[in-house]
Amino acid sequence: MLAYIIRRLLYAIPILIGVNLITFILFFVVNSPQDIARAHLGEKYVTQDAIDHWVKEKGYDNPLIYNPNAAGFSKFTDTIFFHKSLSLFTFDFGQADDGRDITTDVRTRMGPSLALAIPTFIVGIWVNICVALIIVMFRGTRLDKAAVVLFVTLMSISGLFYIIGGQYLVATLWKLVPISGYQTSLSAWKFLILPVAIGIVSGIGLGARWYRTLFLEAADQDFARTARAKGVSELAVLFRHVLPNALLPILTGVVVVIPTLFMGSLLMEAFFGIPGLGSYMLDAIRAQDFAIVRTMVFVGSVLYIIGLILTDISYTIADPRVRLN
Amino acid sequence: MDMMLKPVILWTDVLIWLLVISITLFLSQLRKNPESREQWHQVFSSRTGMVTFVIILSYIAIALIDSLHFRKALPPVPGQNTTYYSNTVNSVLDIFLGEMGETKERTYSAPFSLKSYAKENMTDESGHIYRDYPDLKYAGSHLSDNSDFSKDLLIQSLKGAGKGLFIGLLLCALLKVFTHRQDLPWSSAMVTILLVCTLLGWLLHVGNLYHVLGTDKAGNDTLYHSIKGIRTGVLIGTLATLIMMPIAITLGICAGYFKGWVDDVVQYLYTTLSSIPGILLIAAAILQFQVFIDLNPDFFEVGLEKADARFLGLCFILGITSWAGLCRLLRAETLKISQLPYVQAAHAFGVSQVGILHRHVLPNVMHIILITFVLDFSGLVLAEAVLSYIGVGVDSTMPSWGNMINLARTEMSREPVVWWNLIGAFAFMFTLVLAANLFSDLVNDAFNPKKRQERGA
Repeated sequence: MLAYIIRRLLYAIPILIGVNLITFILFFVVNSPQDIARAHLGEKYVTQDAIDHWVKEKGYDNPLIYNPNAAGFSKFTDTIFFHKSLSLFTFDFGQADDGRDITTDVRTRMGPSLALAIPTFIVGIWVNICVALIIVMFRGTRLDKAAVVLFVTLMSISGLFYIIGGQYLVATLWKLVPISGYQTSLSAWKFLILPVAIGIVSGIGLGARWYRTLFLEAADQDFARTARAKGVSELAVLFRHVLPNALLPILTGVVVVIPTLFMGSLLMEAFFGIPGLGSYMLDAIRAQDFAIVRTMVFVGSVLYIIGLILTDISYTIADPRVRLN
Repeated sequence: MDMMLKPVILWTDVLIWLLVISITLFLSQLRKNPESREQWHQVFSSRTGMVTFVIILSYIAIALIDSLHFRKALPPVPGQNTTYYSNTVNSVLDIFLGEMGETKERTYSAPFSLKSYAKENMTDESGHIYRDYPDLKYAGSHLSDNSDFSKDLLIQSLKGAGKGLFIGLLLCALLKVFTHRQDLPWSSAMVTILLVCTLLGWLLHVGNLYHVLGTDKAGNDTLYHSIKGIRTGVLIGTLATLIMMPIAITLGICAGYFKGWVDDVVQYLYTTLSSIPGILLIAAAILQFQVFIDLNPDFFEVGLEKADARFLGLCFILGITSWAGLCRLLRAETLKISQLPYVQAAHAFGVSQVGILHRHVLPNVMHIILITFVLDFSGLVLAEAVLSYIGVGVDSTMPSWGNMINLARTEMSREPVVWWNLIGAFAFMFTLVLAANLFSDLVNDAFNPKKRQERGA
């Protein structure tokens, strides 16, 4: 298994280089470093000297990807691509275009992001599985049909509407929690409870519908029928036979998401003023800060690849028949 | 030769009409295949299938007539030789909507309100200045007295609904003439047609006299914007998938069929693309595209063309991000198919590689392409709203539900609360997405071999 993990990690390197290349091309194909400098310093009233200074200070004064003036191997290393994008592999994120240290930013903003994402994720899955199991108990009845229609309806509502509606109802109208904001101490719960609740409710439609299909598949298999014939109660069949057997497909969808929880939720954080990585990305996108965007793309891709590897490993734990090679 | 109208051909207009033509051809091809006829029959034999299909079709029809653009000629100044055209681009839909797009009030007003949302300083006959809610400029301007409002509304509603109902009945009669299969639930389709037509007739008629859904901050009619948003929603749901489809199909099938290094390269491509956080890829691409548009203003004659270029870019990048999923599915299916005896036999008979892919592989993965197309549609419509909120969606001058929701965000904290913009966008979007979700479930049930097996046939 160790050999497998090492091989997967080695495979990740060309993928991450590709990811960096794509972000790099996206940022520099239409925008030269000079244009970026001008955008950051203000469009008008900016001298060529100031631009040159900014470009030099931020290290954008090398050729983009191939340096014909350098000798030997440094034809490729004395370039913006090598210095800015490939240095990410050493987890050296450098400075944002406005001078702040990205590593510190990422570290301080990870906390609030996780404080929001982890409860949403865990309670969300728990609620979805419970709802789905209840519906599966009543499969084939009118309740089941009505529930499926309800799930599709919930799915068809835009996530924005859940957020705006929920915020208006709970925070503005009933004044139960503050509208937005964050505290770093334990009292952060009153800022977090509403976004977490909204996150869970907005996910029920899609989640519970998916789990229902998985459980239904398992509930009609021979082992479930045998258990019922033996006189095992329906509840016990569901929990002892159906749930464990539906675990494998559940893992496929769930484990891959876990590492990306670090990235936070763009919408929730923006609406509720939570200073996490999601709102960090949003600000960087709006400010066109290449340094931050490329870091977040890199971190996001690394986390995604870790998620894929974790998924494979979790298979071997959930189902002893699976071998990794 | 001077013309009254100058047609404006937008890229997205061309693409959506091309799409309609190709889908029509595709479906007429499918009609020859007895198996897929059976599957479509299954989709339409349920009432839900009929009802949702009619609803989706009405959305598509509105989007299509909104995709025929032109510029009106400006009234000529005496002594002028060339005709100048208005800078505002209209569509055929605007003709149907009448004055609705031009009745611009000063600011917010509630649905069916005759008064403005904000108080203003006014002078009465004797010259005194007082503060009150002023009458709206357009809404109810045909009334001689505001107290006639409810009576007038009732009469006009009946008129509008009656007109709509009449057109609906005509459509139903046409449907009756041209359909001969008796085993499909046509009655559900007809009821839906009647309802949609009555509603549209009412909205168009009354919407020209009052602001049925109120007005937004700049005084624009909310109903007008919601209807104009249909084109954006429908186009993003269809074009994004359409653009990526040729690439995904070619690469996916080639990877599965040729294996070896082709497979390695294609797998590398889609793994790399799918490991980039989608939202960041879209945001970065759109921002750079916007920079490109701003740096090359000469490419575009009117502002709408700029917005359209950005819209096309958005469809393109959304297609790229959802491309990997379809490519992966097609590769896996082709791997399976290329091992089947009939493909091996074709190979042994010396059929060319291209011939095998075209004749034996492609027809057998068609159901995957179709299912992906319908399943992706609703997700893309919802994604547009989120992206517009982040600021990387469609151009802010383009009417879209996402832009409406984005503007409505701060309105919820006003006193009294301005809810109609949010509800307007929401109602139109929700109806489309719900219909699309229900319909795609049926298509999936009918065409997905796994689902068919489960039903035990």
